[in-house]
Amino acid sequence: MAIRSLASRRTLTGLKETSSRLLGLRSIQTFTLPDLPYDYSALEPAISGEIMQIHHQKHHQAYVTNYNNALEQLDQAVSKGDASAVVKLQSAIKFNGGGCHVNHSIFWKNLAPVKEGGGEPPKGALGGAIDTHFGSLEGLVKKMSAEGAALQGSGWVWLGLDKELKKLVVDTTANQDPLVTKGGSLVPLVGIDVWEHAYYLQYKNVRPEYLKNVWKVINWKYASEVYEKECK
Amino acid sequence: YPLDALEPHMSKQTLEFHWGKHHRAYVDNLKKQVLGSELEGKPLEHIIQNTYNNGDLLPPFNNAAQAWNHEFFWESMKPGGGGKPSGELLALLERDFTSYEKFYDEFNAAAATQFGAGWAWLAYADNKLKVVKTPNAVNPLVLGSFPLLTIDVWEHAYYLDFQNRRPDYIKTFMNNLVSWEAVSSRLEAAKAASS
Repeated sequence: MAIRSLASRRTLTGLKETSSRLLGLRSIQTFTLPDLPYDYSALEPAISGEIMQIHHQKHHQAYVTNYNNALEQLDQAVSKGDASAVVKLQSAIKFNGGGCHVNHSIFWKNLAPVKEGGGEPPKGALGGAIDTHFGSLEGLVKKMSAEGAALQGSGWVWLGLDKELKKLVVDTTANQDPLVTKGGSLVPLVGIDVWEHAYYLQYKNVRPEYLKNVWKVINWKYASEVYEKECK
Repeated sequence: YPLDALEPHMSKQTLEFHWGKHHRAYVDNLKKQVLGSELEGKPLEHIIQNTYNNGDLLPPFNNAAQAWNHEFFWESMKPGGGGKPSGELLALLERDFTSYEKFYDEFNAAAATQFGAGWAWLAYADNKLKVVKTPNAVNPLVLGSFPLLTIDVWEHAYYLDFQNRRPDYIKTFMNNLVSWEAVSSRLEAAKAASS
């Protein structure tokens, strides 16, 4: 059926969380909020426990809930052949699932408590690549912090790997757009949430201060793993 | 009104940061941006219209529009505000939205569903009232309408008081803060300007 295959193609765009096919099966995959690999207060003083709890339990959970609701509604719309509902739900799915859920799931892995290696500079292949492309880790940090601070409104600042061109890139995306919207061959290595909810309770309007401190808990080990896997 | 005048609906702390830091920064940064340029000394509306550039925003737009938007926002609220308007304004709301409740729901929905940072508005254009939502710094001036009322839905506007609970913030704004007097006088000005 034309509508079913259209929906399958569109909803699979940008979804890296799961390999299961969402449509074409009568049952729907539902997504769950991933657990944090550390306590809410483990990233202090860089990011407060209060922020981590609200960010994870309220914001991310809401995206997951909305995503599941949209998927369920989409499944119903597809079965009924309601083409206009299918189209309307696409943007809810792209926003909640393709963006919000994917981005935040990466973000939690991008962070680590100091005693588990948070803030420790990358070694190995990624460390070398950073020095090659940006001169030094400090150079990369300065660039990402500047771009994150300059972003108007809500969004993310990313360190990504362009798989095709085999180089590292720094880029920003608006709202909850995933990095792949800036280039199909871009793989996110480190993403920093610069929506105000990510820092406001602690840093208020001083986003640059948040960006200065977040590097102390960036999990370069995870970024290196992704980099080495994608470089094979 | 003083910074604590809108309590308990909007805290003094929020006003201290929102007005004292965010709004102030837009004004200060805009002054620096237009210094020495042909925009220096021009009215805010002029700068906004001339830097909107059909959506391909020129650098001063964000600061200029946000400075305008925030002043408009403060004046859209008053201590002891909220509730239902009366008189001509109510009549027009009932004419263009069927009922005040329908307007309330539509305004609420626009404010709640503006993804990311932005604003929701009651605006006047072509003799009609309508609800509009805009992203980031965009406002109805650049869309050819007269703004009458706005609510700031950037997270900084409500995060200290409501955290993620934007719907609660919107309800509180509508029930307790809106200055219908301000809206009415803006409507009069809009009607005069368009006749």
